[in-house]
Amino acid sequence: MRKTLTRLVTAVFLGCASMAGVAMAQDGATSAEITRGGTLNMIVQPEPPMLIVGLNTQGPTLYVAGQIYQSLLTYREDLKPLPQLAKSWTVSEDGLTYTFNLQEGVKWHDGEAFTSKDVVFAAEEFLVDAHPRWRLIREAYVESVTAPDDLTVVFRLKKPFSAFLYGFELSSFPIMPAHLYQGTDYRTNANNTRPIGTGPYKFEDWQRGSYIHLVRNEDYWKEGQPYIDDLYFRVIPDAASRAIAFEQGTVDLLRGGDVEGFTINSLTSLPGVETTTAGWEYFSPQMFLQPNLRLEVFKNKDVRKAVYHALDRDFIVNAIFFGQGKVSTGPFAESMLFHDPNIQQYPYDMELAKKLIADSGVDLSKHPIRLLGLPYGSTWDRMTEYVKQQLEELGFVVSIQAVDAGGWLQAMGNFDFDLAFSFLYQFGHPAQGVSRIYFSDNQVKGTHAGNNGGYENPEVDAMFRKAADAIDEAEAAEAYTKVQQILAEEVPVLWMFDMKNTTIYRDKIRNPVRTAIGLNEPMDEVWIAR
Amino acid sequence: MLNFTLQRTGKAFVVIVAVVVLNFLLIKLAPGDPAAILAGEAGSGDPQYVENLRQQFGLDKPVVVQLWNYLSGVLTGDLGFSYRNQVPVLDLILGRLPATLLLTGAALIFSLITGVLFGVLAARHRGSVLDSVITALALLFYATPLFWIALMSVLLFSINLGWLPPFDMETIGAGYTGWRRVLDIAHHMVLPTVTLGLFYTAVYTRLTRASMLEVMSLDFVKTAHAKGVPNSRIIRRHVLRNAVLPVFTFASMQTGQLVGGAILTETVFAWPGIGRLMFDALMQRDYPVLLGVFLITAMVVVVVNFITDLLYRFVDPRIGIS
Repeated sequence: MRKTLTRLVTAVFLGCASMAGVAMAQDGATSAEITRGGTLNMIVQPEPPMLIVGLNTQGPTLYVAGQIYQSLLTYREDLKPLPQLAKSWTVSEDGLTYTFNLQEGVKWHDGEAFTSKDVVFAAEEFLVDAHPRWRLIREAYVESVTAPDDLTVVFRLKKPFSAFLYGFELSSFPIMPAHLYQGTDYRTNANNTRPIGTGPYKFEDWQRGSYIHLVRNEDYWKEGQPYIDDLYFRVIPDAASRAIAFEQGTVDLLRGGDVEGFTINSLTSLPGVETTTAGWEYFSPQMFLQPNLRLEVFKNKDVRKAVYHALDRDFIVNAIFFGQGKVSTGPFAESMLFHDPNIQQYPYDMELAKKLIADSGVDLSKHPIRLLGLPYGSTWDRMTEYVKQQLEELGFVVSIQAVDAGGWLQAMGNFDFDLAFSFLYQFGHPAQGVSRIYFSDNQVKGTHAGNNGGYENPEVDAMFRKAADAIDEAEAAEAYTKVQQILAEEVPVLWMFDMKNTTIYRDKIRNPVRTAIGLNEPMDEVWIAR
Repeated sequence: MLNFTLQRTGKAFVVIVAVVVLNFLLIKLAPGDPAAILAGEAGSGDPQYVENLRQQFGLDKPVVVQLWNYLSGVLTGDLGFSYRNQVPVLDLILGRLPATLLLTGAALIFSLITGVLFGVLAARHRGSVLDSVITALALLFYATPLFWIALMSVLLFSINLGWLPPFDMETIGAGYTGWRRVLDIAHHMVLPTVTLGLFYTAVYTRLTRASMLEVMSLDFVKTAHAKGVPNSRIIRRHVLRNAVLPVFTFASMQTGQLVGGAILTETVFAWPGIGRLMFDALMQRDYPVLLGVFLITAMVVVVVNFITDLLYRFVDPRIGIS
């Protein structure tokens, strides 16, 4: 069945046929070896507030709801689009019309047929109202979304958007059942306690504070799948207890972040345990140090460069983060599209840093700064302390701003910081997750995910716009290379490292990570060997 | 009696309203708001989205209006709607309350029984090796932090010995029913109950011992000895009965903490109780949930205090209520 599907699928993207399905089918055993049945125990941390992925797209929500809900596409680890609820798609020559052909025979968990109406409802109503990111894309680019027939959806754009095809995985474009939500108040809809999706697993039971139980969807649209009978997502609030749970075999799979960095090495050395850092390419989280460029001292480019040179990022990654990362080479994470490593680099060099400060003539002791750390526990505190120490060696007077998550967001959102740690997902395409940090007109208060540093450079704006509007991929690539060169020269943000999340699992679990969205991908091809 | 009850009820009402108002204002002092946190966690850079959320939560209104809306809701039994979980707060709290009450209730009984028992033993064998051992252990558990005991007991009894489950309230996915389930939960309860109860065991042991020794030196005990009452009867009927008052006072304080006193234990043992709900709500600025838990906690304290005051009369008839 999968092979037939593979042959059928010829996804056309910008003129070149994607070999998407092939990659998926190759990854794993032939159907004869696959064992069916079994229970997969996992951890969901922290406990999600709800499972309605149209209303909440936090990590834990996506992790569980990814088995219940689906989107039009998913992405291969090199970020090529793959079919999900869309069987195939075409893009018109002018880059303005995207036509998606939907899978046949897809049913919602309550038995209703999934049709193009659901997609239109998501694009035009539900997500506009309730999704944290879709509204901006729709307002800027989408002219209309129509459903010529039950299995076809057409997005017509106002102007070309080279990233458009990269915004259709679950977190960016979750599809909700129109027959249950249309015309209701989405947030108080009675169905919110019993999520209805199209995915391989159905919602069974949620004991708050204890576990979420999903069961196999017998009517799943991929014949014969999924293979596992029950999924349990267990709530274990204490990190040490979570490590014990894996050690003792209570759970067989840990998502990145489930256990502290320092326990990862001891868990991976257990017999029969495998790990991978794949499956985060779509998100490509990058940690950075954000200077507030509104401050006199950080307006000076040489000061920023000096600070960058003063930080030993290899030390941070290896000694503080236990190797859970890779030193960034620039504004684009390495796993991102259009990443170009051949730009100016800032290796650790305290002498050079001091020289830059001396040459700039700035007296750093006259500019005391506050360092805003990320409130995610001791590992992050150590990094903040390390950076404080390095900055003091450079000549700064530094105090650490201690905050919790709410306090951090408020400080960032009000631009009330001097030098702040932050990290952002890059969401598959620079136009979705990178350019927002640098656009001059994206300095909006109340969010941490904009241009909070106050960087303004018309040339950078123009290059990002040019790349986003490009129809030709080569044209986009050229603009992105140029913009990476400019940013590397200007250092408006100090890119620290690309964060790596390690998935740890027992080797009897087969195929847990297959795509760029990793464990958020429906586990329809995951099976447990006996 | 009726007068007393009415007076106390009036006072209790004022206290609870004051608690609600004070909590409400204190929470408002914390930096950050729930809408921004929700948007932040979703990686949103859309200020309109944050604004929509704030409107839905009613956070765009002046604080006084918010306070009034909340207070009038509480007075009609409506604790509001969780921003984050999109579920009525009362449902969330009632869903988690039984697990917490089971744990804290079991810990209360455990520590009362063991504490009084050890206290009596120590007092009766004053100066013996047994007394020294009990006093030393009581001091140790009195001084050791709860979470450390929790982690060490998990290490010993769950990992090294494999006797007791390290976390959860029951075996997930086993589908036990009836007595099998009761036994399963009881098995899971051992570690958290003992961990939570040990501190109070230590307190009761010390209190009972000291108080017993004091009573034992009184004249009426000498008289009882002189007239030939058996020693065990003296301890039980004459000494303990008179020495139990401070223990009772302290037990009422522990009872007041039935709802909110188990956050650490619940966290370490993944116990699906209310403490964890409160902690998460605090970190996420889910004000209605937080206020709801505070309110329930305050009400339990007030009610327990009221009952304690009434019970004092039975424990020690010399105490009047006026």
